[in-house]
Amino acid sequence: MGILEVKDVSKRFGGLKALSDVNLSVAENTVHAIIGPNGAGKSTLLNCFVGKLIPDTGSVMFDGQSVLGRKPYEINQMGISRVFQTPEIFGDLTVMENMMIPVFAKRDGHFQMNAIGDMMKEKDIVEAAEAMLVDMNMADKRHMHAASMSRGDKRRLEIGMCLAQEPRLLLLDEPTAGMARADTNNTIDLLKEIKDQRDITIAIIEHDMHVVFSLAERITVLAQGTPLVEDTPQNIKGHPKVREAYLGETA
Amino acid sequence: MLGLNKKDSTLLIVVAVLTLFAPFILNPFPADSALAQFNAGYPDLMQRFVVFGIFAIGFNILFGLTGYLSFGHAAFLGIGSYAAVWVFKLFTYNVVPAVILAVIIASIFALAMGYVSLRRSGIYFSILTLAFAQMMFALAYSVLSNPKFNLTNGETGLQVYADDPQMFHRAGLPDLPHLFGLSMRATYDLDIGAWSFSFNAGYYLCAVVMMVVFYLSIRIFRSPFGMMLRAIKSNQTRLNYTGLSPRPYALAAFVISGAYAGLAGGLMAAMDPLAGAERMQWTASGEVVLMTILGGTGTLIGPVLGAGFIKYFENIFSKINDAVLHQWFAFLPDGMEDFVVFIIHPFVGKGWHLTLGILFMLVVIFLPGGLVEGGQRLGKWIKSRGKSEETDKAKIEPAE
Repeated sequence: MGILEVKDVSKRFGGLKALSDVNLSVAENTVHAIIGPNGAGKSTLLNCFVGKLIPDTGSVMFDGQSVLGRKPYEINQMGISRVFQTPEIFGDLTVMENMMIPVFAKRDGHFQMNAIGDMMKEKDIVEAAEAMLVDMNMADKRHMHAASMSRGDKRRLEIGMCLAQEPRLLLLDEPTAGMARADTNNTIDLLKEIKDQRDITIAIIEHDMHVVFSLAERITVLAQGTPLVEDTPQNIKGHPKVREAYLGETA
Repeated sequence: MLGLNKKDSTLLIVVAVLTLFAPFILNPFPADSALAQFNAGYPDLMQRFVVFGIFAIGFNILFGLTGYLSFGHAAFLGIGSYAAVWVFKLFTYNVVPAVILAVIIASIFALAMGYVSLRRSGIYFSILTLAFAQMMFALAYSVLSNPKFNLTNGETGLQVYADDPQMFHRAGLPDLPHLFGLSMRATYDLDIGAWSFSFNAGYYLCAVVMMVVFYLSIRIFRSPFGMMLRAIKSNQTRLNYTGLSPRPYALAAFVISGAYAGLAGGLMAAMDPLAGAERMQWTASGEVVLMTILGGTGTLIGPVLGAGFIKYFENIFSKINDAVLHQWFAFLPDGMEDFVVFIIHPFVGKGWHLTLGILFMLVVIFLPGGLVEGGQRLGKWIKSRGKSEETDKAKIEPAE
């Protein structure tokens, strides 16, 4: 059984059937890509995993526990971290502070009222955050305001913030959208490194086929709210149905 | 010092010195001179400076750090005042229990109001707080003041009467709010030449309290809790997806700022044992927003500066009337004098709001960071001027 099990999930927005009977299983410690044309329901599906949307029917199980009905922060505490299409970071804070918050969240686990202590004197937090910045190759940027960085650096920081929580499942929503080629390649290298060095499952939604085929071990193709096929990248490339629904557009 | 870094310690010391010597600093003009009306060093006004400073420091913890703009904080100020006056009426004129109870009651109300209002953010939060405060005002102004149950004494305002129980009051203690026998009105006047300075017990009590809460606010700004509050302002989505619910942090900030407001209200009553409903009106809530923005939202010292600035205007500019203006411009030919007075007239006296409004607009447009940003720019300008002069010298010297 996979770490993430999706069973018969449907979601309707008014007259639009965004998802119908989606079944999906993401195996532990793999990179699983979900691809599909615009409007296939990829983002809707992802939002059902993190508590932003609740499906009309079906179930979503993470590590044997249902995530449905839980709030985003509760699902995050279960071990699912999410990277957004546009990097969601704390723009007004420094890079170091950005990294310290997930480390605090990991250590404390919930609301803690520490209003008198000096945050820079929390040795374990500062050390863990610094180590993660070094891992992300961002140690020299620690005093920068996060908002003033390039798109690629913001993405790198966001991924680092997610990893600082040591999640078991990392969800990426088009992580290279709107990026220059060089930044895209950097991000691919970073994700490969993460995959090789950590015990982590990665589920990725992506438009860029270059990214998908250089990372994914399994691919699910979604079209009009239903999974079309699920297979290895090699088989997906040549699959006639996929060509018709998706690759056909560009090929 | 006291667990603060060097920069914060310097700031704390500067503020401490300024508040300690305020009676001197605010009275720069000789008592009989024409400029004496610009002196702000009389007890009543100095007390107001620090009391509203406390109010604004607390407001800034909510608005400056989390970005939640409350339009109802005056409610807590009023609640604090009512609580303090009730302690005076029922128990004792000693200000310590009165102020403590003011803080506790205001915090309880803040907890309730914050719990409800923080379900929404942005403009909806502001409207909810405004609605709550106006309800409190209506309660204080009329509903809770009827012959059967008179909690607030309505329009007249709550005050201490001779037939109040005052259980712990003894003969020998001042018949006014006091700190273990030291009357809050006790004032020592020091005359040096033409100058006159007043040292008032009430002012110094408020000043000490302000130093303590200012220190606490610095600690909050630098704490992990403060960082979480700034994270709420910056990006709630990310905080949610980092496994932390923003709600309890925002609620804690709301209660802390409500407690600060209650403290300010309690001290206000301690300076003058009277509590009126107008203290809770929405204009009063708006005033603290203006103070914070004018001084510099999210900065440590800004709200105190803003509070001082606005209270100075309210009390000093409003006192300038036509007679004073004529006196100032007496050196002009008659027609000119009348004309100049006619032009300036709308901006002083009762029209001080107009001047304040223009200044507020100028600050918001040209100094979005408030007076603090103005100070920083001035500091940089002076520094860079000093440097360029030095480099000029350096350039000239080798040529000699």
